[in-house]
Amino acid sequence: MTSFKWLTIVACVSVLALGVTACGSDDASSGGGDDLSGTIRIDGSSTVAPLSEAAAELFQEEQPGVKVTVGTSGTGGGFEKFCAGEIDISDASRPIEEDEIAACEKNGISFEEVQVANDALSVVVNPENPVECMTVEQVSQIWDKGSTVDSWGDVKGLEADIGDESMALYGPGTDSGTFDYFTEAINGEEGVTRSNYNNIGEDDNGVINGVAGDPWALGYVPYSFVEESAGKVKPLQIENPESGECVAPTLATVQDASYVPLGRGLFVYPSGEALQKQEVLDFLTFYIAENDPITEAATFIPMTEAQKEAAQQKVNSLVEG
Amino acid sequence: MAALGPQAERTRLAAAGARSVTRAAILSGQPLKDVIKGRIFFALLLLALGLSLLGLAALILDAVIDGRSMLSLDLLTNSASRISPETAGYANAIYGTILLIGGVLVMTVPIGIGSAIYLEEYADRTKWWNRVVELNIQNLAAVPSIVYGILGLAFIVRGPLDLGFILFAGSITLSLLVLPTVIIAAREAIRAVPPSIREGSFALGATRWQTVRRQVLPAAIPGIATGVILAVSRAAGETAPLLLVGAATFVTFDPTVFGDNGYTALPVMIFNNAKQAQPEFHVLAAAGIVVMLAVILLMNSFAIWLRNRYEQRW
Amino acid sequence: MEARDAIGASRAIGAGGGPSRSLQAPSPRYGEKAIEAVLGLCALLSVVTTTAIVISLLEPSIEFFGQVSLKDFLFGTAWAPTFTPPEFGVLPIVLATVVTSFWGLLVAIPLGLGAAIYLSEYASPRVRKTIKPTLEVLAGVPTVAIGFFALFFLRPLLEDLLPFLPWSGPQAAGVAGLAVGLMIVPIIASLSEDAMSAVPMGLREAAYGLGATKMRVATRVVLPAALSGIVASIVLATSRAVGETMIVLLAAGASPNLTVGFTESVQTMTAFIGQTATGDIATGTVTYYTIFAVGLLLFVMTLVLNMISIRLVRRFHEAYD
Repeated sequence: MTSFKWLTIVACVSVLALGVTACGSDDASSGGGDDLSGTIRIDGSSTVAPLSEAAAELFQEEQPGVKVTVGTSGTGGGFEKFCAGEIDISDASRPIEEDEIAACEKNGISFEEVQVANDALSVVVNPENPVECMTVEQVSQIWDKGSTVDSWGDVKGLEADIGDESMALYGPGTDSGTFDYFTEAINGEEGVTRSNYNNIGEDDNGVINGVAGDPWALGYVPYSFVEESAGKVKPLQIENPESGECVAPTLATVQDASYVPLGRGLFVYPSGEALQKQEVLDFLTFYIAENDPITEAATFIPMTEAQKEAAQQKVNSLVEG
Repeated sequence: MAALGPQAERTRLAAAGARSVTRAAILSGQPLKDVIKGRIFFALLLLALGLSLLGLAALILDAVIDGRSMLSLDLLTNSASRISPETAGYANAIYGTILLIGGVLVMTVPIGIGSAIYLEEYADRTKWWNRVVELNIQNLAAVPSIVYGILGLAFIVRGPLDLGFILFAGSITLSLLVLPTVIIAAREAIRAVPPSIREGSFALGATRWQTVRRQVLPAAIPGIATGVILAVSRAAGETAPLLLVGAATFVTFDPTVFGDNGYTALPVMIFNNAKQAQPEFHVLAAAGIVVMLAVILLMNSFAIWLRNRYEQRW
Repeated sequence: MEARDAIGASRAIGAGGGPSRSLQAPSPRYGEKAIEAVLGLCALLSVVTTTAIVISLLEPSIEFFGQVSLKDFLFGTAWAPTFTPPEFGVLPIVLATVVTSFWGLLVAIPLGLGAAIYLSEYASPRVRKTIKPTLEVLAGVPTVAIGFFALFFLRPLLEDLLPFLPWSGPQAAGVAGLAVGLMIVPIIASLSEDAMSAVPMGLREAAYGLGATKMRVATRVVLPAALSGIVASIVLATSRAVGETMIVLLAAGASPNLTVGFTESVQTMTAFIGQTATGDIATGTVTYYTIFAVGLLLFVMTLVLNMISIRLVRRFHEAYD
């Protein structure tokens, strides 16, 4: 036989073997306990997805009969599917907007905004940079629309004197919830920003890599990327507008709300219809109750007890209402 | 006395080169400058091929090096994991990709070859509508993959076909995406069959379809196989349209073609892993690329065997 | 095999010395007509697909142009649909598409054709049987992989090779273009090689018989004979380069700069569509409709390009035998 005939046979056998092993990897459903079954469809923001994925994985360990899938079509795409009744829970890195609320009402989909974690948007610089703390005003000087800040010397009132080193700026995609939140918190209105900076697009790792590679670069990213960067970048402390103290983005400062204005909550939106299914209700309760291991796996900041209670309240009201 | 050292070495090499070229020129009867031009041309061709292969090698090596700590057979049997990426695998994604590609093959091969046969053998090229179809197919090859995703969402998942977010809908979307490639390659392959073959067949009383089926198609199989290989490879590696059409990025069970429990594909998972903050996921993504390449190679092997078997030079 | 049977059959008919037969087919050959209809339907599918694409793009585009003037769209030089206030000048992203495709083709055409000529004219059959499939593996590499390869391998490599260029961030138009080129090499190489292999040996032998060198045979005889297939492969490769989404999104970035610089970060039309469609923008807003307007523009641009190329190919098509 020719060598390619052998190759074909090997190929077919390996595909078959693959199929068998793939089937074999299916979780065997263990009996006993109150076994649920069903499907839960989650979709939406890719920022919140890691949390939902961790929740799904841990939940499926307890309830192997329930199939949970998580998609990342974006917050907008998620809400569109959600308001069309195609998915059960929508991951959202921004609050639901008017048009989306109208679409949900038109299709009779009731929902609630349920918090699942906290996040700290961090302004990061290279570890070699001597600056430690900035005010909101200074950050706005750099990022506001029409800003002419080109070098570190242009920023007024910095604690350290860097002189004329030119400042390279990195920011995440302008279609993301991160962008919306940052521009509103810093510049006062969503979408207001300077336009000449490096927009790294899809992958937030691009901000980390860009800032790590340039001693005079500055960027902003969600907390998980800073935490996981293992010292490649340094998060700046932001001066709290009320207390005047420089506050670093940590678990404690976000939970006690002293890291403002860049601390934010992350939310999911379950629908009333979906909550009629026992497995969805159990899943959400699980999501809130097991908040600590879930946020640790996804490198986010856990909720406080008060936030957990409020979230559970919202779920309960949606089930009853 | 001849000097020793690098100067002498260079002279020796130059003399040897000149000797070989002159010998080749005399023996082949060609003018010297043609022999030189020929050699330079050959070197350039090798350079072109070498650079392409070098690019591919660099890609593979880069992925292998980045992913080496996770390269094991566990990748093929374990499911995705957010909690413990060190033991995560791509089992469900591989299965999803194989099912997707199976669907693409089943749809594009008959429809692609059928369209190509019609356009080359049956269509009257002076009629304007046939020219429109030609232009159409060529244009469809340039439509970005994400627009096929939009199309899939509007017409296949919802809209008239209303299939929902099932794997089959993903297959259809991908098939539409790569169909122009198959058609264009198949057309060229059919066009390359010398007309004398067809005329001989007609002269012996065969119908048009008999000619196509018995003479033209077998002769065109190598080119068609190339088109199918390129098309299926592309479909297997696409991420963007699948995301829009409902592929999930986290699935821990094996999908089914028509089931609506959800599905995922290898490139979607690789992309998702690469975007994560945790560096373990980056390693996992690199390992996934290696897995993907292995799957592609396996998939292409059958078509390549087919192509080699039917190859002939006129 | 079939030809031999046919010859045998016709000899039998001739030898039988039967009555003179009419040249008409004995039956209306409905089977033939049915087959032709089925095949025609296959071809029609492409028209259906295009219609569907145009429909799905047209309606939201009409909504879009109800709010944004066509002149601003086509001739504006600032692209910022997600900013406040939004700007909808499409020139930066069109230029980015042109520039990246240009670099891609600049790499792919010489490499692809060179490889094709080598494989078809110079390589031994065994070498050809190994190398051609190896090149085709390149076509199967997921575009996300090539994108990350461009970002983490090509970009540092090029900075080392060409340090005199004004490198800034990690994303660069030229690097993305080169990566796109690498991706489309197998399209040009494989399809051109098929076209060249299909040129009848008789042509080559005649040329050799007249004393032509191998190089001359390859470039003056085989290449022109295979031109139709080669041009088709280049047109297909161009289409692929223009429509590529992931590589440019990752490696060229998302900053819509109006520039032709090799080292500048730019956003192509496809990158914009890809990012925004999976981002957090609410569906149903003007910002969301920009996706469709840009998609429609891309469709029209490639249509015009293809019309021109078809005309050119028809003029240069040579038929042998």
